[in-house]
Amino acid sequence: MHRFANPARFTRIADRVLPFAAGGAVLALALGFYLALFVSPADYQQGESVRIMYVHVPSAWMAMVIYVAIALASAVALIWRHPLADLAAKASSPIGAGFAFLTLVTGSLWGRPMWGTWWEWDGRLTSMLILFFLYLGHMALMNAFEDSQRGYRAASILALVGVVNIPIIKFSVDWWSTLHQPTSVMRLDGPTIHPSMLWPLLIVALGFKLYYLTVVLLRIKSELIAARLRALDLAMVKGS
Amino acid sequence: MTRKRRRFYIVVAALLVFGSATALVLTALDDSLDLFQSPSQIMAAPPPPERGIRLGGLVEEGTVLRSSDGLSVTFRVTDGAQSVPVRYQGILPDLFREGQGVITVGSMGQGGTFLAREVLAKHDENYLPREVVDALKESGQWREGEGEGVR
Repeated sequence: MHRFANPARFTRIADRVLPFAAGGAVLALALGFYLALFVSPADYQQGESVRIMYVHVPSAWMAMVIYVAIALASAVALIWRHPLADLAAKASSPIGAGFAFLTLVTGSLWGRPMWGTWWEWDGRLTSMLILFFLYLGHMALMNAFEDSQRGYRAASILALVGVVNIPIIKFSVDWWSTLHQPTSVMRLDGPTIHPSMLWPLLIVALGFKLYYLTVVLLRIKSELIAARLRALDLAMVKGS
Repeated sequence: MTRKRRRFYIVVAALLVFGSATALVLTALDDSLDLFQSPSQIMAAPPPPERGIRLGGLVEEGTVLRSSDGLSVTFRVTDGAQSVPVRYQGILPDLFREGQGVITVGSMGQGGTFLAREVLAKHDENYLPREVVDALKESGQWREGEGEGVR
């Protein structure tokens, strides 16, 4: 792991990965959304509204996956003090916040015609809203201090504390009675979603993952460049 | 090396402590985190009238009666063991039908009828194209509300 913590090495690897990640994301999203919006059938109960699911579900997965990634990076940053781990967490949280927001908005738009309400304070919806607030808090803390290291430290602790929310989101629909339906894809007895709808969903999910990889690598790279610029500025001021 | 190891143990221990504290709180709150109560729960401990509650269950087959003015509707909500009569006036969600899971928001009225202010339809976890459902119905393998034969 320490080998990848070297900024120069990281940039080299990132530059090699980026074209594949970006190209793959474009391909998977184009194919996935084409299948989801034009090819896949309407649902027997929901009709055409089912198509919201192809954005909603992969967004929700991403919001949770990115949070776990931030928590892992935060643990690495706290324990081994890798500067790159802090930057990875910093680069990730706005992307995760975007996905959490997308999940809440698309869920609300789907809920109005299907359930008959935009919002209900049930276990799943509330825990997802908390995840969105955790992201906002993480972003705010990262930039809250003049001394960026202190901000990173505080944000890491918040990220680790907040990780208890992830299993709560996942199992909320099993533990409590909720308005939100139980899980359809990751079930022990196999998905309860027809293959003609499952495939587009999985392809969009892959596209979102590659999108995240692309954007997070670009953001870490730009953070590294910004840090170098600051160091150069400082050296110039001292030298003059 | 030892300082890193110590920090590692501190992080793991903090996570364990915080995780178990959360688990304990959630266990203690268990029932109050439920969004709705089932007919059996309401029959076992009838809530005082006028107190706002949510009643959830399936719309019992053959109990939906629409009044002649077309606005109010009565039906029974069941959980298989008990059922509660519900009266509602207003627009029902698209998914509302017999056998569908619903959550009704309101309070118990006189004579054990639940007066709903709001009716929400629950969607189940089954996603199927209409043609597949029609084919299943034709071959007699379809059971309403269960989505059998998806796999």
